[in-house]
Amino acid sequence: MSAQAETPFPPGALEREAETADTRRRWLLSLPAIAIIVCAAAGPLLVMVIYSFLTPGDYGNVKWEFSLEGWMNTIVQRDIFDDTLIWADAHLSIFWRSFSLSLITTILTLIIGVPTAWFVATQPPGRREFWLFLVTVPFWTNLLVRTIAIQELIRSEGVINLVLLKIGIIDEPLQMMFTDFAIGFGMTYVYLPLMVLPVYAAVDKLDFRLVEAAHDLYASRWTAFRRVILPLIKPGIIAGSILVFVPCLGAYVTPRVLGGGKNLMFGNLIELQFGAGRNWPLGAALSLMLMAAVMVALIFYVRITSREKADG
Amino acid sequence: MAETTTPTPTETAAPALTAPRREPRGYSVRSLPGFAVIAIFTFFALYAPILILVTYSFNAGTSLAIWEGFSLRWYYQAAANEAVQDAAIRSLYLAFCAATIATVAATMAALATTRTRRFPGKTMIYALINQPLMIPEIVTAVALLIVFAAIKVWTGHTSMIYLIAAHTAFCVPFAYLPIRARLETMDNTLETAAQDLYASRWLTFRRVTLPLMWPGIVAGLMLAFVISLDDVVITEFVKSAGQETIPTYMLGQLRRVVTPEVNAISTVILMAGVILVALFFRLTSRRR
Repeated sequence: MSAQAETPFPPGALEREAETADTRRRWLLSLPAIAIIVCAAAGPLLVMVIYSFLTPGDYGNVKWEFSLEGWMNTIVQRDIFDDTLIWADAHLSIFWRSFSLSLITTILTLIIGVPTAWFVATQPPGRREFWLFLVTVPFWTNLLVRTIAIQELIRSEGVINLVLLKIGIIDEPLQMMFTDFAIGFGMTYVYLPLMVLPVYAAVDKLDFRLVEAAHDLYASRWTAFRRVILPLIKPGIIAGSILVFVPCLGAYVTPRVLGGGKNLMFGNLIELQFGAGRNWPLGAALSLMLMAAVMVALIFYVRITSREKADG
Repeated sequence: MAETTTPTPTETAAPALTAPRREPRGYSVRSLPGFAVIAIFTFFALYAPILILVTYSFNAGTSLAIWEGFSLRWYYQAAANEAVQDAAIRSLYLAFCAATIATVAATMAALATTRTRRFPGKTMIYALINQPLMIPEIVTAVALLIVFAAIKVWTGHTSMIYLIAAHTAFCVPFAYLPIRARLETMDNTLETAAQDLYASRWLTFRRVTLPLMWPGIVAGLMLAFVISLDDVVITEFVKSAGQETIPTYMLGQLRRVVTPEVNAISTVILMAGVILVALFFRLTSRRR
């Protein structure tokens, strides 16, 4: 029949039609997940952008008047007497504490995390799973519970002080709770697995013949480590560092429990604006600042991991 | 399932491959001086605080430092505490609702975004689903506080729906990841065979695809459940008055005099978490 010979569709049109239908079906299938996240995660973030440009209400919440005060108050404040702008020292010191404590925590987790990852990755295959499981279990157990465990360890009447007093190294219990030390110690404990796991993955992939070659060429253990091993596991180390640094920057529970009311970090400063501070626009602006900082770190992370993938 | 019991080729071949490369005893490029010592210290440091916490939950006295003998009194006291009972039931209810909804949504999304060509918007869907993982919890928490506070004022409605919505959203990526991983390693030929044998799309899905991806779905559900149970930050900001969950109840208790009751509750949470995670590992590592 001639009708079949001269089909109304140009070549490839049917396939394209099918592809469009397939795309539509896949979007429909993803719709519930997208809807939930847009309503209860991504959407509210956009609303927060609007709130950061409004005027704080008298009893919390906001008045619907445009204002840049929220953003300005993140780093400067008005002098009560002559209305001049001065640096908001309280905020700046909290930013600095967040940054420096996150950095110190990252370095500490590096120092103990890299050898641990190396140890696990060089175990015989049968035992490796077991050690890896031991690293992963604390990671999946409740963050609050782990923070409480640290609190009970370092309290004035805690186990550490008890032991030190018994041995006679100290005469009075050390005040460790509610200090920056407590926050750093707690975060190192809580986020250590995030360092060990990516470094483990890197060591696991390491081609040990290259290390052998270095030794054959009379490299000492240290030189082989510095010149051969370290460059090869660098992507894992960078990934681990970012994975530790990012949650430290946004930490809320650990500084709240271990740092008390005085030693605030970024997350606690945000909370303050929605509680006693009653300055929601400032809180919204601070949240967006934190989000931006985290985004920069994560983009860096994605670029490194994708480059690594591209290299093979 | 037959395929789970037969050893995979890599398992049997592994010793044969590594055997010739074993170095003579005493000198191994795999050992670095001091690393093992630090590693053992790390494992000790990881578990010692938890073990101390668990130990003092069995203390007969009120002290968290002086051991006065073994007793279960704090467990009895926690179990008899109405605030704890109330929070525990709410936590479980919330985790059940959030994990179930999240897993259903994540399963559908995983089916849509795996085993396919690059279709328009695929990257966007993927980015959206993973979005809750990338934003610090405190940021999401205050954003939800802002929006939900407005809705609560506007409608005067303060039920668990807000908490369920918030928990479901951050549970989706956790449920999605194991399901997606499962789908990506699945054998597609079985579904093709079913269709060759004139099974309809729906029948193929129900009788072939779904049973094959089931371990991934269960793993995702469990992970989502654990994540919801553990959440403090978002719950703390979203909850209305009188909607304490176990973690927010404990956070509130920490401001007062801490008795071993908190340790007892912590121990129960720890045990539940460890059991669920161990099951999760069994489910996901079998097929590798």
